[in-house]
Amino acid sequence: MIENLDLGMVNWARAQFALTAMYHWLFVPLTLGITWIIAFYHSIYVKTGSEEWKRLTKFWMKLFGVNFAIGVATGIIMEFEFGTNWSNYSWMVGDIFGAPLAIEGIFAFFIEATFFAVMFFGWNRVSKRFHLFSTWMVAVGSNLSAVWILVANAWMQYPVGQAFNPDTARFEMQNFAEVAFSPYAVNKFVHATSSSMLMAALFIISISSYYLLRKRHIMMAKRSIAVAAIIGLIASVFTIFNGDESAYEIAQVQPMKLAAFEGLYEGETNAGLVAFGLINRDKKVFDTQDPFVGFHLKIPAVLSLMANRSFGSFVPGMKDLVYGNSEQGILGAAQKMERGQNAIDSLNAYKQSQKDGDAEAAANHLTAFNENKEFLGYGYLTKPEEAVPPVALSFNAFHIMVALGTLFPIIFIGYLYFSMKGKLEEKKWLLGFGTITYFLGMIASQAGWVLAEVGRQPWAIQDLLPVTVARTNLTSGTVQTTFYMFLILFTLLLIAEISIMVKQINIGPEEN
Amino acid sequence: MIENLDYVTLQHLWWLLCSVVGSLFLFLNFVQGGQSLLWQVAKTQTEKDLVINSLGRKWELTFTTLVLFGGALFASFPKFYSTSFGGAYWVWIAILFTFIIQAVSYEFRRKPWNILGSLVYEGFLFINGVVGILLIGAAVGTFFTGSNFQLDGNNFVTWTHPFRGLEAALSLSLSSIFNIAMGLFLVFNARTLGSMYLINNIELGEVPDMEPRLRKACLQNLILSLPFCLIIVGSLLFMRGYGINDQGAIEVVSFKYFFNLLANPWLLLLLLAGLALVIYGAWNTAKTTTTKGIWFGGLGTVFIGLCVLLLPAYNNTAFYPSKVDLQSSLTIYNASSSPYTLKVMTYVALGIPFVLAYIAYVWWSMNRTKIKIEDTGDRAAY
Repeated sequence: MIENLDLGMVNWARAQFALTAMYHWLFVPLTLGITWIIAFYHSIYVKTGSEEWKRLTKFWMKLFGVNFAIGVATGIIMEFEFGTNWSNYSWMVGDIFGAPLAIEGIFAFFIEATFFAVMFFGWNRVSKRFHLFSTWMVAVGSNLSAVWILVANAWMQYPVGQAFNPDTARFEMQNFAEVAFSPYAVNKFVHATSSSMLMAALFIISISSYYLLRKRHIMMAKRSIAVAAIIGLIASVFTIFNGDESAYEIAQVQPMKLAAFEGLYEGETNAGLVAFGLINRDKKVFDTQDPFVGFHLKIPAVLSLMANRSFGSFVPGMKDLVYGNSEQGILGAAQKMERGQNAIDSLNAYKQSQKDGDAEAAANHLTAFNENKEFLGYGYLTKPEEAVPPVALSFNAFHIMVALGTLFPIIFIGYLYFSMKGKLEEKKWLLGFGTITYFLGMIASQAGWVLAEVGRQPWAIQDLLPVTVARTNLTSGTVQTTFYMFLILFTLLLIAEISIMVKQINIGPEEN
Repeated sequence: MIENLDYVTLQHLWWLLCSVVGSLFLFLNFVQGGQSLLWQVAKTQTEKDLVINSLGRKWELTFTTLVLFGGALFASFPKFYSTSFGGAYWVWIAILFTFIIQAVSYEFRRKPWNILGSLVYEGFLFINGVVGILLIGAAVGTFFTGSNFQLDGNNFVTWTHPFRGLEAALSLSLSSIFNIAMGLFLVFNARTLGSMYLINNIELGEVPDMEPRLRKACLQNLILSLPFCLIIVGSLLFMRGYGINDQGAIEVVSFKYFFNLLANPWLLLLLLAGLALVIYGAWNTAKTTTTKGIWFGGLGTVFIGLCVLLLPAYNNTAFYPSKVDLQSSLTIYNASSSPYTLKVMTYVALGIPFVLAYIAYVWWSMNRTKIKIEDTGDRAAY
């Protein structure tokens, strides 16, 4: 199987998944975050009966609707892409991975789909209270769907609650609670939803700042900013603290990812966190080149603190993880590959013995398999260096995300301060900068996912299933064709979406 | 109680649940049917807007049901998910494309600066309504006629036909005729349902010219669906099928589906009752002033869907047969998830009645007032 591997196909399948995921994620954060803010605005309208709040609610709802439609369009392909492009994956882990997707469908998507129509078209069809309830339910449904898809994604990063069944040759669920409440999943959900709330706040700030600069819809813009800046500030602080927790989690279960996004080739005690630096793209894990090009700045011992909650602790580098470090008790990828190959050989021998009806030999092979099964995935690697993800991309994604993430609370504080002083309209520089903050948020958010997914390579399931095995048996030309089909279609739809959005913003909140 | 269910019962139960979701999807295809009728029944801009705004309040339910159908199959029969989606690549990609373009079309169609113009988005809806449903029908047809795949010792799929699934509808064979008949039956049935739904949901007093067109379309599409229905039913009675013998091996069995109907007479009852309900609903809609036809047609479609999806899986039958390697064929026994996962999912499924209840309540709340011209004037309208 692995001998017939078309690496081009695997890379095109990865590119296609990245393309669809990144397009999808252009729209999802806004949906996750802005639904809460719209529900908040809607509640004020129901409470006060003020037409101004109603207009404001309907306006943000309108923009949300345009965004939501394309989010749905790009989302459906992702569920089915697991089957079309990663069919071996679907079989090998479908017993575990399918459940969160089905639960997402039953309990989250139907809430969204059902109450979405009431939220948009229920103004004169249902009671005010039921209408408001529906708006809140859209927010609940959207975020519930995030829960389950992030449970599924977290399981790929930290595969708990499962065991490999040698008889069916697949991974099977052993403990649903471990899968659903994995600490990795909890962190991922909190980080994704809080950062989405932040994104929604930036979206409102960007558009409202534009209105203030153009001296249009001033009251609506000021009210929108006041709510968005408070929510954004809370969300951004929360995102930072939770991001730190996520980094700790990664250090414990995906040390290679941590080493890659920090450009840490040699393990260190009192390891420093890179505050600034240009990563050397040409460096390989086995050579002696400098990891950085020119000057770089590290904050001493902070990486050790982040990774292990202790300043003096050892943080393994990529070399330790690839070639092993006996001093620190770290088993390298090279040794793991050997044991992984033993696991594969034992599994094949077990199956053959079963076919031959030799129960004793089968039992022996099964015992041998069980001794090495945790390294099964490494048996499919062809060289230890394959265990290293793309370092430069991981490093840059992480540092862009962190730099922008640190900037956002400062922006929200600025908006709050000048709003309270009543001088916001005078601060043209802040409003001008404010109009582009949503795009900065988008960059940070995309960078976060690039880090999460590129940093996990070469694994589809961390340590258990490499992407080279997870693929479908397709030619690279086939996947290349669909890659371009999706690229053209999604780009076309994105241009249409942006164009409609710009027009709606220009029209503003007035009724027809 | 769930804890005590044995593996075989769980496998049957989950195929039934997937079939229920699939059948509900076929009922909700009234959205696709209505989309494909747009240019036929709506001649003015007002009529078009009424049709789109009527269907636009329900398109997401259909879409979500399709997603759930996929998710439920992934969770309960992952080998089918991996074999069919990975193997019949092009047919699934084509189906997905038609649903991607549908998802944006309602929202974008009438919005200023939508780049492509409203006609293109209406075209997207037509493509989704015809091509999407036709291909889904052809894919369902392969449950009976078989597909071109092999599974290796690791259950990894190799598709042996270069069309990768599209051959179900594009090759010159008896199988293709059956698959296409299945697809066309679903298309015309969806159009029958679509016309009945629009009659039920639109305030026709405001557009009196559209009502006769809708009632005529209902009858036309019912009549057009019947020959394909006859081909399917006739074939099912006589065609050979793929059974599981006492040793657990797959073998070709003459009159397999006929025997399945005899072994499960309730399936035959479902089929006959379903056809009678659809015909009754559509005929009454066409010949009287009733607006309730959709409920008969909808229930009938669910019954037909249940029969079509249960027939190739129950009674020791391979529901996804391989034409090139019989022993690679999928059955509910060899394609399912583990007993543990099926039990967990069964606990989850206890929430389905609650979901159905709130959908029904919201449906009733939103549909008790019919769609009027004033509903199409709002800026949020489609």
